[in-house]
Amino acid sequence: MPIKSYVAFPRKGEKEQLIKVLENTKHCEVLPATNKEVLVLVTDTKDDQQEEALQQILDSIEEIEHLNLVSGFSEKIT
Amino acid sequence: MMNRRNFLKKAAAASAMAAAATMIPGILFASDQIDKKLSGDINWTKGPCRFCGVGCGVLIGTQKGKAVAVKGDPNCSVNKGLLCVKGYHQIMCTSSADRLTKPLVKKNGKYVETSMEEALDLVASKMKETIEKHGKDSVAMYTSGQSTIPEGYVASKFMKGAIGTNNLDCNARLCMASAVTGFLTTFGADEPMGCYEDIEHANVFVLWGNNMAEMHPVLFSRMLDNRLNRKNVKIIDLATRTTRTSKAADKSILFKPQSDLAIANAICYELINNGWVNNSFVEKHIAFNKGKTNIGYGLEDKFKFKDKATPIDFDQYKSFLEDYRPDKVEAITGVSAKDIKYLASLYGDPNLKVVSFWCMGMNQHTRGTWINNLVYNIHLLTGKISQPGNGPFSLTGQPSACGTAREVGTFTHKLPKGVVMNKKHRELAAKIWKVPYERIPDKPTYHATEMFRAVDRGDIKFIWTQVTNPLVSLPKTSRYRPAMQKDSCFVVVSDVFPTPTSDVADVILPAAWHVEKSGLYGNSERRTQYWDKMVEAPGEAMPDAWMTIEIARRMGYGDLFPYSKENHHEEIYNEYRQFHAGKKHNMAPLEVLKKQSGVIWPYIEETGKSTQWRFNSKYDPACNQDKDFDFYGKPDGKAVIWQRPYEPAPEIPDNEYPFWLNTGRVIEHWHTGSMTRRIPVLHQAVPNAYVELHPDDAKQMGIRNKQKVKVISRRGTTILPASINERGLPTKGQVFVPFFDESMMINDVTLDAFCPISKEPDYKKCAVRIEKV
Repeated sequence: MPIKSYVAFPRKGEKEQLIKVLENTKHCEVLPATNKEVLVLVTDTKDDQQEEALQQILDSIEEIEHLNLVSGFSEKIT
Repeated sequence: MMNRRNFLKKAAAASAMAAAATMIPGILFASDQIDKKLSGDINWTKGPCRFCGVGCGVLIGTQKGKAVAVKGDPNCSVNKGLLCVKGYHQIMCTSSADRLTKPLVKKNGKYVETSMEEALDLVASKMKETIEKHGKDSVAMYTSGQSTIPEGYVASKFMKGAIGTNNLDCNARLCMASAVTGFLTTFGADEPMGCYEDIEHANVFVLWGNNMAEMHPVLFSRMLDNRLNRKNVKIIDLATRTTRTSKAADKSILFKPQSDLAIANAICYELINNGWVNNSFVEKHIAFNKGKTNIGYGLEDKFKFKDKATPIDFDQYKSFLEDYRPDKVEAITGVSAKDIKYLASLYGDPNLKVVSFWCMGMNQHTRGTWINNLVYNIHLLTGKISQPGNGPFSLTGQPSACGTAREVGTFTHKLPKGVVMNKKHRELAAKIWKVPYERIPDKPTYHATEMFRAVDRGDIKFIWTQVTNPLVSLPKTSRYRPAMQKDSCFVVVSDVFPTPTSDVADVILPAAWHVEKSGLYGNSERRTQYWDKMVEAPGEAMPDAWMTIEIARRMGYGDLFPYSKENHHEEIYNEYRQFHAGKKHNMAPLEVLKKQSGVIWPYIEETGKSTQWRFNSKYDPACNQDKDFDFYGKPDGKAVIWQRPYEPAPEIPDNEYPFWLNTGRVIEHWHTGSMTRRIPVLHQAVPNAYVELHPDDAKQMGIRNKQKVKVISRRGTTILPASINERGLPTKGQVFVPFFDESMMINDVTLDAFCPISKEPDYKKCAVRIEKV
């Protein structure tokens, strides 16, 4: 199942809170920019069900202004 | 040991960080996060990126005979480890389910799989039969700025040296030809004099119609990084549409289409009027010429034009510029006199180093050669040229538009050194190719547009395209698609994937992709880059160069193509290098290129170094060392300031077709999309083309975002969803459409007018109307 990466834009002033939320969200890895209100999010889910559930969680996180999908890898990619 | 999944996660993170860097100037991530050292059983091999003319160094990871990963090459000075979103995902297209792996021959209207041997036999016999029946000028080859250097070289040798026809042209005619004629007319030598290191030295970047944030994102990031780290660095975006580049620039100046000619002349007027001319430089190094005016637009078949240079003096040139006083050109350009004076003040300030960048905005222009000349004029008047941080810099669109199309010379008028019209150049080619000198014709035949017109007329009866997709990329495909479908022409298409061009082919030959063959490219800064074959091509797919050799042998030219299958790329490069021997264009030996991430020619044998700034005797040993600057492309060592006026576009909006149409690219897709649309993440990001409208125009017509509209010209129609206030913002009265989408063919709508000197079409300006569907 896909490994995806996003550029995530937090709502104004919510970057630190968003990092905390994402760090506590399963299947998520967070790489914050050190000098801008932006972070990179990498997700890694094992099946469709898990991916869908994660998408719903991400949609519900209020601290996210918007997410830009950058890349998606699947195991079939060679 | 890193497992594959962890590896992919790191690659995904690296892609996102790179994407963030292109979106947000100066963004930084902690170094432990960007540690991309990947271990495991992955073998990393260096090469240039497959997409665009920047020439970023990539490291391709292979595992068990397959390409599995890409990362930026930290040892490549071009990109220093950074890649754009296309670069990171490039290898993903190779596993596309519809990859061409077997030759296909059309029989009774259906494609039938055949062996490569049979397909090559058929192509050779058809080509030979056509020549016997209709003469050697009835066959043609159309190649690419994405062909490798060996591929371009054998195509030129095959057509010009073996068959004896100049019916060879390439898709770089559609993107770079005006840059070439600009360089040749001003300097007598093609390609930029500077290098990317100019970015780290310049104070001011003027981007002439160049959306670098999307088209050359890695160079753009380098420029933003430079602005962040140094004081007194400015980026000026001079464009006809607001883009991501405009948003990142310090100043955005919008001008009316075609009026860049007037702006450049107005800047020169200001430079002279304010006493900002570098008189000593001009006196020593500059000559003044004027050319013909009212030169036409090439709209009619068999259009002919030859420019004539007439020497003038500085006072005549100064007097000509009186018509371009900034306040006088406001109406033509839409740019305030204040903004033009501001631009002139940046160029004119002796304490500021200025680089002008451009690409398709100036090249795809019915006066493309002229506008190239005019921007050179600015740099020549101020002496801001051929020095670190000072120079005009024409960027290329394709990875080997310079290395292959321009240096090898896969244009009808070109030879690997020089032009077919020059006896000495023909003699040199004949000597190296070991063919009779008389065999190489002394007149050019068909440039790209005229080649497909000749197919339509029935004059060309056999055409072979390699590494290109003309039925999406040509202007006015509404004429050239039916032309290629005619029974009068036998069409052979070599490609990696099916395309609208292969859809009309009589024979489709499956080609090896980039890393499935060894090769060399040459990027925008004269850097020659070598790579080794990294994986096997699938099925019967083979390198284009080897296809050409196989066909040549079958046609009886085996003696001229004595290369081995395993090492033909090396043998061909070593033969080709002979053409450029000498200080002015010396190419690095293959052994050097194998070790380094490219070398900028002229390669200096004595020191083993690149020449970063040509024409400046401090850096370039090819100069006369008694002079500070030596424009040695010209017999007198002087560059030329050309007197070129503003002339309008051939088709301008009117009551029936009230909008300008501008076309171009988006960051996610490479040219006609045949590769990037097969990369899921890029396809998902921008799955289809669209038409950008100004919100006021959309409101007036009652068009909502995403609503489907017709874009209609005198040539054709296409239907696209509207895009309002999204990625780009055209000015009122203008629309923009990206051309990557073969299902929404904007080139059915465009006009096949071209620059009479370069023969490069203008994709940026024609008149259309918009209708709701």
